[in-house]
Amino acid sequence: MSEKIKHFPGESLKGRDIREGRVPTIKHRPNVKYLWSAGVAMSRFLEGLKKGKIVGSSCKKCQRIMVPPRAFCEECFRPVDGYTNVKDTGTINTYSVSYVAGDASRIKEPILVAVIDLDGASKGMGILHLLGEIDDWKTIKFGMKVKAVWKLPEERTGTITDIKYFKPME
Amino acid sequence: MAIEKITDTRQMLHWPGHMETDYIYTLGIACEKFFIEIKENGRILGAKCKHCNYVFVPPKLYCEKCFAKLAEWVDLGIQGVVHTFTVAHIDINGTELKDPEIYALIKFNGAEGGLVHKLGEVRPSQVRIGMKVEAVFKPQPNRKGNINDIKYFKPRE
Amino acid sequence: MFGKKRVAVIGAGMTLFRRNLKETGKELAWEASNMALDQAGLELKDIESVVMGTAPDAFDGVHMKGEYLADGAGAWRKPYSRVFVGGGTGVFAIDAGWWHIASGQFDTCMVVAEEKMSSCYPHPAYAFTTIFDPIYSRPLGVTLIWIFALEMHRYMHVHGIKKEDIARVSVKNKRNALDHPCAQLGANITIEDVLNSEVMCWPVQRLDISPTSDGGAALILASEDVAKKITDNPVWIDGVGWCIDTTFWTNRDLYYPKYVQGAAQMAYKMAGIKNPPKEIDVAEVYDPFDYKELHHMEGLMLARKGQAPKLTAEGVTQRDGDLPINPSGGLLGVGNPIAAAGLMKCCEIFWQLRGEAGKRQVKGDPRTGLAQAWGDLMQYGSVVVMRS
Ligand SMILES: [Zn+2]
Ligand SMILES: [Zn+2]
Repeated sequence: MSEKIKHFPGESLKGRDIREGRVPTIKHRPNVKYLWSAGVAMSRFLEGLKKGKIVGSSCKKCQRIMVPPRAFCEECFRPVDGYTNVKDTGTINTYSVSYVAGDASRIKEPILVAVIDLDGASKGMGILHLLGEIDDWKTIKFGMKVKAVWKLPEERTGTITDIKYFKPME
Repeated sequence: MAIEKITDTRQMLHWPGHMETDYIYTLGIACEKFFIEIKENGRILGAKCKHCNYVFVPPKLYCEKCFAKLAEWVDLGIQGVVHTFTVAHIDINGTELKDPEIYALIKFNGAEGGLVHKLGEVRPSQVRIGMKVEAVFKPQPNRKGNINDIKYFKPRE
Repeated sequence: MFGKKRVAVIGAGMTLFRRNLKETGKELAWEASNMALDQAGLELKDIESVVMGTAPDAFDGVHMKGEYLADGAGAWRKPYSRVFVGGGTGVFAIDAGWWHIASGQFDTCMVVAEEKMSSCYPHPAYAFTTIFDPIYSRPLGVTLIWIFALEMHRYMHVHGIKKEDIARVSVKNKRNALDHPCAQLGANITIEDVLNSEVMCWPVQRLDISPTSDGGAALILASEDVAKKITDNPVWIDGVGWCIDTTFWTNRDLYYPKYVQGAAQMAYKMAGIKNPPKEIDVAEVYDPFDYKELHHMEGLMLARKGQAPKLTAEGVTQRDGDLPINPSGGLLGVGNPIAAAGLMKCCEIFWQLRGEAGKRQVKGDPRTGLAQAWGDLMQYGSVVVMRS
C-alpha cells in the first residue's frame, strides 16, 4: 500500500459469523454431473490397464516413448507413430506423505504418493500413483525401484486404480 | 485419424464424476441492506446516483456509469409494472410442470433495472406487458433476508 | 523497438486481504479500481479499456465471473476482456493491459484483479481438485498440495536443500507483512515454528503455505503521451513475458521451473537486461509456498540453480539486502486471493519504484523492479519488468 493511501476498504468477517448466520448469506450447491470421454490415446491406456499393461505412445521424430500416451506429440506437433507397452516397474522420481484429503480435512493414515518414472519409457516420463506395502515411510528413497501391484484381472475396470499401488522391489 | 460421430459419451470409454462443492455467498454491502429492508420492513429500496440521476434496483454500492459511491437510498414502494414475462412449462430438469409458472421482469417507477420474480394469483392468459403488479411478502417472522421473502407479485386491482 | 508505444503505470489500489470479507466480488473490484483511479487522478470516463484478471470460477462460485465482475471493474460499455492463467493471472493481467496500449489501440487501460475464495465450502482446496485430469489423476484421490509437495521434495532432493533453508522464506515474508496495512498474516515467527507446524503433505507443513483469501487489486496503465500529462512520476513497463510448459506435469523434471525461465527470458530481452541479479533492484516473486520463492528466483535467474537458499540465509533477500525479494510480505504474509495476489505484487513494485512504500521501502533508490506469478497446473509463468 502506498503511504499516500490512508484508508483500506474491506469489512472482515469471522468464519463463525458466516457459519452461525450472523450475517445474511445465500447457500447453493451446483448440481451438475460429468462424463468425461477418454478419447483416442487415453482409451488405449485404460484398455491396456484392464489387461495388466501400461501403454505408452511413440514419436519417431523426437524418438520419445511417452507415458501417459497421447494421440499427438506436443513437441513435434504431429500424430504419434504408434502405441507400445512400457514396463510396470520404475523408479521414484519424487514422493510425498499426505495427511490431507481432497477437501482439506485431515487423515490419520497418510497417503503415500509419488511420481514414478516408468522403465521402457523415455527419461523423465513419470506418472502419478500411490505407494504401498511400506511400513515406515521414512524408508522411501529417491531413485528407489518400485513395481506395480495390480488388481485381479476380474476386478479390473479400465481405470488408473486397476493398479492398486507401486511397491518397493527387493 | 477419423473423427467418430458419437454424440452420447456413454457409448465411449468414459469416466463419470462431479464437482461437489457448496457455496455460501455473502450478500455484500449494498445487497445486504436491500434484503434486510425487505425482511424487516417489507420495503423495496433502490440506490440513487446523484451525478447520473439514476436509481439502481437491485441497489449497488457504486454507480457502474460514473463509479461514484452510492449512499442515497430511495424507497420504491412495493408496486411495479411487468416489463416482460415468460411462462415456464418445464422445470430446471426439463420435467413438465403441472401448473405452468409465470416469471416476469418487474420495473419500478423512477428506477432503472428491476427484479425478476414469479407472478401469482393470475393465469398465464391474463398477463400483459405493462400490467401493474405488487409484491406479496411472506409473513414477517418467516422472512430470511433473501429474494424469496417476496412470495410473488400479483396484479394490482 | 518494433514501433511499440511505451506504457506507464500511473496508479494502484487494493483492498484488505482477509479470509472472509463481507463485500461481494464486484464490490471488491470496485473498491480497488476506484482507489487506483483516485491515485492516478483520473475518473472512469478517462479509461478507454479494461482487463480483468480472476482465477477459477469455482472459487467465487459464479460461472463466467469475468462478466459478473465487469461493472465493478469499470467496464460498463467499454472494450473489456477477462484473462485467466490460474495463479499466473495477476501478473499476466498487467501483461495483457500492456499490449492494449503498446499496440496503439488505446491510451489508457485499467487492470483489475479479484478473488473471493471464501464462498467455496467445505474448503477452496476442494474446488482445486477439479483442475486435475479427471481420468489419470482424480481417481487416485489427488489433492492440490500433492503436486507442490512432490515438486518441493524433488527440488530439495536435487540440490540437497534442508527444510530450515526453506523455512527462512516464510519467516522473512510474514515479518515483512507486518508493515503492510492490508496484510492477512503478518507475524513474527521463527524457523522452529515452521518446522514444528502441522505436517500437511511432507515436506509441506502448515507454515510453508499461504492462506486462502478474499481481496481485490487494480492498476491504471497509460500511454507515454497521456502519462506525461498526468504525472511527473510514471513507472514504465519495460518488459513482459509469459510461457507454459507441458501439460503432462509428471513428465517435467520438477526441480527447475523452465516455464518461469521462458517468461523471464522474454521479458529480459525486451527490457535489455543481461545480468538479472545485478540489474534488478527489487523483485516480487510468486510465493504461495515458501520453497516457491527460492524455486522461482532460480527460474528468474536471480540466483543460480540451487543457490537461492544460500542467498536467503545470507540476508541478501531481506528488505535491506542487496536483492530484496517480496518486501510486501508476499502471498505468505499479505495473503493469497489468487489473481489479486499477483496484481498486488505489481502494485508493490509500482510503489517501491515511486519511493512510496513507506515502512516497506527497500534501501537505496530502486530503479528496476520485477513481479512474477506462476499458475495453471503449475507450469505457467508470467513476468513483468518495470522501471522508474
Ligand atoms: Zn515428437
Ligand atoms: Zn453515476
